[in-house]
Amino acid sequence: MQVPILKQGPYLIASVQAALRDADLIALRNALTEQVGTYRSRGVIVDVTAMDVLDSFACRTLSEIASMIRLRGAQTVIVGIQPEVAFSMVQLGLKLEGVATVLDLEEGLKYMERRTKRMDHGRYGK
Amino acid sequence: MLHMTKTQSAECSRVRQATVPVTSDVDIVLARQRGRELASEAEFTAVESTFIATAISELGRNILQHAGEGEVSIRIEKQEDGTVLIVVARDHGPGIPNVNRALQDGFSTSGGLGLGLPGVRRLMDEFEIVSHRNHGTTVIAKKWARGCTIGRLGRTARASFERRDGAAGRKFAAVGSATR
Repeated sequence: MQVPILKQGPYLIASVQAALRDADLIALRNALTEQVGTYRSRGVIVDVTAMDVLDSFACRTLSEIASMIRLRGAQTVIVGIQPEVAFSMVQLGLKLEGVATVLDLEEGLKYMERRTKRMDHGRYGK
Repeated sequence: MLHMTKTQSAECSRVRQATVPVTSDVDIVLARQRGRELASEAEFTAVESTFIATAISELGRNILQHAGEGEVSIRIEKQEDGTVLIVVARDHGPGIPNVNRALQDGFSTSGGLGLGLPGVRRLMDEFEIVSHRNHGTTVIAKKWARGCTIGRLGRTARASFERRDGAAGRKFAAVGSATR
């Protein structure tokens, strides 16, 4: 199951539609790292609302996505972690530290606007 | 509503089970989906079902990473003292040289986060692991429906529990031996 990646202005939105195999997660990671350059995107939003399980492998891959995108000069935010999934992750010991997470896609877009505006300000001075 | 509850409990009295051979990452997804289905059909809450699905996912990946292949079986048992879901993850791989170390947070031989087995132990109520060098590993993990947990007694690696109904609510008594 390939994850569709939509281009929304200066952002990429990867919206997971169904359960993902490990190979799909790796493919998503690679595609995002590639496309963030192709489209010169400022940020990546990964919507995991449809994911009913985020296990250690999925979390590790999400962390890798965030790190790789950061190295490519863009921001990442994970949106839509469900309450039960959050509960399981905490029990499992997965904190997803260093990765920005917000409630849903709407908040994700707001977050991106704030982050990239601040970045522009810092980058280009007053 | 009443009728539905009756039908559900009739369903639960039957033993329901599924076995998923694990040979690739697709099977991990399949196994956890079967686990969730079985849990939801029984009286497990959404949170419990997610715990179960996550635990199965970790166990399935352990099989794939360390043994290459194996199987995950899941069954629901309606026992006198509650409904329990039992996950048995079995492989014929190299075995775990040091089980105690594998149960420590942060210990990993595969480059992972090392949260697999200790994490499964936290997600489930009962956890047992038997590993023989060159003969493989079997993990048995159980989850009781609707919070019939052993959490308040502390987590144990090898324990069986007996539940009694007291006047002040449910009371739990340990009858197994704890290794921790």
